Amino acid sequence: MLQPYASPLERAGHYALRTVVALTLLFLVLPILVIVPLSFNADSFLMYPMSGLSLRWYEEIFASPAWRQALMNSIIVSPLATVLAMVLGTLAAIGLVRTDFPGKALLTAVLISPMVVPVVIVGVAMYIFFAPLGLTGSYTGLVIAHAVLGVPFVITTVAATLQGFDFNLVRAAGSLGAGPLTTFFRVTLPQVAPGVIAGGLFAFATSFDEVVVTLFLASPEQATLPRQMFAGIRENISPAIAAVATILIILSTLMLLVLEALRRRNERLRGIKPT
Amino acid sequence: MTAANPTLDALRDDGGVPLRTRLRRAERSRKLRYAALILPLALFVLVVFVWPIASLLARSVDNPELRDNLPLTLAALERWPDEGLPDAAVFDTFARELEAARGSPAIAAIARRLNREHTGLRSLVMKTARKLPLADGADARAELPAIDAQWGETETWRTIRRAGSPLTAFYLLSAVDLTTDASGDIVSLPDGEAIYLDVLVRTLVMSLVVTALCLLLGFPLAYLMATLPVRQSNLLMILVLLPFWTSVLVRVAAWIVLLQNGGLVNQALMALGLTDAPVQLLFNSIGVYVAMTHILLPFVVLPLYSVMKGISPAYMRAAVSLGCPPWRSFWKVYFPQTLPGIGAGALLVFIMSMGYYITPALLGGPQEQMISYFIAFYTNQTINWGMAAALSAVLLAATLVLYMFYSRYFGPTRTGQLQPR
Repeated sequence: MLQPYASPLERAGHYALRTVVALTLLFLVLPILVIVPLSFNADSFLMYPMSGLSLRWYEEIFASPAWRQALMNSIIVSPLATVLAMVLGTLAAIGLVRTDFPGKALLTAVLISPMVVPVVIVGVAMYIFFAPLGLTGSYTGLVIAHAVLGVPFVITTVAATLQGFDFNLVRAAGSLGAGPLTTFFRVTLPQVAPGVIAGGLFAFATSFDEVVVTLFLASPEQATLPRQMFAGIRENISPAIAAVATILIILSTLMLLVLEALRRRNERLRGIKPT
Repeated sequence: MTAANPTLDALRDDGGVPLRTRLRRAERSRKLRYAALILPLALFVLVVFVWPIASLLARSVDNPELRDNLPLTLAALERWPDEGLPDAAVFDTFARELEAARGSPAIAAIARRLNREHTGLRSLVMKTARKLPLADGADARAELPAIDAQWGETETWRTIRRAGSPLTAFYLLSAVDLTTDASGDIVSLPDGEAIYLDVLVRTLVMSLVVTALCLLLGFPLAYLMATLPVRQSNLLMILVLLPFWTSVLVRVAAWIVLLQNGGLVNQALMALGLTDAPVQLLFNSIGVYVAMTHILLPFVVLPLYSVMKGISPAYMRAAVSLGCPPWRSFWKVYFPQTLPGIGAGALLVFIMSMGYYITPALLGGPQEQMISYFIAFYTNQTINWGMAAALSAVLLAATLVLYMFYSRYFGPTRTGQLQPR
């Protein structure tokens, strides 16, 4: 905070910092602010000034078979990949936190590596590997690929949540006669649920925004929303793209809100004062 | 657990097993049960991720053309002492196998592979294949040199043997603009053919520029967020997270809208009188840098913010109260404490930039395409998987080395980091 006795130089620094940050924030938010209004443009240019308002581009994407198919594909692939990543990732995270064995660090690094390996390499490798198995141009192949890419997010968030989990509760449940499954569903899972959901959201966002691996693996019938957008931007950029973008922005805002609610809940449960 | 403790050993269950042993067994089976939870994911990742990448990398040294199409000739050449001409059996086998390959893609593969070893062998193979089959009972050892004198040279057969080895360093060497000359020494490619070092340097330079831009913009932002009251800094955080959560393609589309010739940025530049005609901002390096910085900025802001949040303001106050001027205190006391955040953020952004494909593909010109573009190009356009694999190996090696550095010095991977694109 600026003190009343600050020197002129400090004052200058104070305002310079705020100006620079304001410009940076403008840079961050401007693209989102600019593209949303254009989706309501009455004429067919993605350009300001707009000649009038209309919903024709929303009508167009909902009437277009290609966009409808792309939306359907995304709605099929992303949730399936997310569920697969959540189940496998949660189990593995619990296992990793509770055991120690030689090579655990290496195994963890390998399980996290899909987050680090450049996606083009993943795309090419899976394409060459999946092609002889008949998994290219199939939903199965796409779901598998997206699930692998989402797994690291589930592992890291669930493992982080488990740091605050008291495993004596599991022993207590066992000593009171609960079987392993009952213990998992009634004791462990409710406690780590925020981590699982947060990891799932990251996995979902990863899959829902994935385009590179999809470019390699999907045939036109499996084109997802980002794949269709990629083609749209490349071939024929129109306000229809802005309409799809607006829908995606609404979706990402929703995900951001859910995550924020989860974070607050987590802090409340841990006894950190709400901010 | 302590070693021999008579009291503890005296505790036994009904079967006479010491309780301590029972406990150890129970603990072990518990650990095994938990380890079993990892197994499904470990198998899944191994089969659909690690294995495909390993077999892709194996293609970068794979040398199948002659091994698949001239297997018997290569086997017969094994016995050749590398001097003079091979015996008649080798010539006969070779003539038969070459004839069998005639008219199929195999002959083209053989010709191409041999030509790579020694320019001119392509036409030799094609010409010879056209003259086949030899007359019944003809002596191939006499007939082949009659078709072309090169078949009578030791060097030709040496080349075949060399090109038939199970592994080749050709693709990996090409990926760094090297090749082997006739005597097997590693030499640089001539200027006209060398391209990949340029691409590699370009990839590194672009990643470096993006990293620098992200730090330059991210540092003041994170600093202000860390020093503002919570309510205001939360608002700033939302403004950082909203674009972070927005689809990369949405943001690329938005930058096209902003940067195109009639776009808002050019309109603003012209309104301010900075330029008379629209400036080209798309399909060159400006567009790529702007969009990549926009996409990667949160990845440097978030770690920087969490580090800065942990720096007590008391240090700065102490420095100032001891007579150190504010700027100097900032530089000498505050800044050094942010270095872990700077390192983590910069390394993360750099690692992610190196693998970028979509953004340069949509916003850049030919001069902005990074190494990922060429990997995709060789996979989809020219179907040269050996070259795609070699370039992948180079990119993967660079990424993994930097990532090991990152996880060694900046702790476990944080959550909230999305895939590079």
